[in-house]
Amino acid sequence: MEGMTSVALAYLSAGFGAGLAVIGAGVGIGRLAGAAMEGSARQPTAIGDIRTSMIIAAALIEGATLFAIVVCLLLAIK
Amino acid sequence: MTPTLLAVALSLSLAQAAKPGGAHPSPPPDVATPAGGHGEVEAGGHDAPAHEAEGHGEAAAGEHGAAGAHGGGHDDSLGSVMMHHVADGYLIEHPGVCTVKGRDGVPEHGFHWNCELDLNGLFGTRRDPATGKALSGPLVFAGGKLDMTPTKHVVMMWISAALLLLVAFLAVRKKALVPRGLYNFVETLVAFVRNEIAVKNIGEKDADRFVPYLVTAFFFILFMNLFGLVPWSATATANLSVTVAMALFTFVVTQYAAIRSMGVGGFLSHLTGGVPKSLFWLWPIMIPVEILGLFTKPFALTVRLFANMVAGHFVILALLGLIFALGSPLVAVASVPMALGIFMLELFVAFVQAYIFTMLSALFIGSGLVHHGGDHGHEEHGHEEQGHAGPGMGSEHGSHVAGASSGHG
Repeated sequence: MEGMTSVALAYLSAGFGAGLAVIGAGVGIGRLAGAAMEGSARQPTAIGDIRTSMIIAAALIEGATLFAIVVCLLLAIK
Repeated sequence: MTPTLLAVALSLSLAQAAKPGGAHPSPPPDVATPAGGHGEVEAGGHDAPAHEAEGHGEAAAGEHGAAGAHGGGHDDSLGSVMMHHVADGYLIEHPGVCTVKGRDGVPEHGFHWNCELDLNGLFGTRRDPATGKALSGPLVFAGGKLDMTPTKHVVMMWISAALLLLVAFLAVRKKALVPRGLYNFVETLVAFVRNEIAVKNIGEKDADRFVPYLVTAFFFILFMNLFGLVPWSATATANLSVTVAMALFTFVVTQYAAIRSMGVGGFLSHLTGGVPKSLFWLWPIMIPVEILGLFTKPFALTVRLFANMVAGHFVILALLGLIFALGSPLVAVASVPMALGIFMLELFVAFVQAYIFTMLSALFIGSGLVHHGGDHGHEEHGHEEQGHAGPGMGSEHGSHVAGASSGHG
């Protein structure tokens, strides 16, 4: 275990963190898109509104994911 | 999609930082499909963006090629080159005529793709070469403690602001009842910000007071984001200081709106979080928590805008840097179309992030204004959406969500 310096651990955790963050984003945005598709299929007249709301919600979810990515980047760069 | 690709970029740069030019990460296959789909859909617009993607590539190529010409240790690891491109600095790169030290140390004068303009020299700041701290100069105050020398991102902000003013003045030259041309286009956007963003979130009565700020924020951020996609320039919003400043403005305007409508006393009483006077012993807990809650929203605005902008650039640089990391020009066949796809995404993200920033600003302003009965629901909704595991506000979470926040997806 001598190889496990703090730098090595930082890199390792940055990698893990990035992967987990992407899982979160993927699940969240995937469910969002699924609900949007279903809503659009049920009521084609509302497609425009649904699309706008979907984009907004997706941006907010990505915002949260990018918090985690920033932390990972800090770990990897410093 | 952006976090996926950013994770790819992160893994690539990690591999490179460990062993310069050593490890050979192969581009994962799942990235190619969505990016390829993006690239193929935009068949008509291929020419100009292809130019720009190659401009990026050439800038990176110029960077690598002139590695010796930088006069000083140029670390060849991909991670540091990427950071150099994304981070702030005092050197502005531009194509032009200048004297550059060639690879064999002989200075050659003429047209180069990567001339550097040193802002320190331009503004007369002397810098300590060892630590990089400013020593003296007309823009260095307090004996080196306050260094106001403009950096690359500051210059980009100036250019964006100048461009924005230019567009605005050009647009309103011919005021007509029926707008045409550039005036029409600008008016469409301003009307969009006013009707969809301001009125929906602030309400018809007070919207016009805050529309100037919202329109300014929207256009300024949009121009800064888009300007970063031009070859040889940098995204000013990819700098934490810039986004912090924008979020600070939103914060100030939000508090102004709240104090203006509720009075200072009302504002302070809202800081107790709705806990009645009879439970005054709860106040020492509630007030610091509420004050902290005041700051989470601008913080989220800051990091969201910053991270989105940095992510896009990082991924493009990582994909293009892969060509140099793997050392073979054949990689370019796969790498450049992917980078082109990401470029399209970035264009989209530039607009979306400007819109999101403005919409959330409007939402916060609107929630600060007193709409009797709805404001607590608004505030907690704002708390929730940050994903911030702040202290739960008790039972009021779900009740007001269906309230008047119609503009919120």
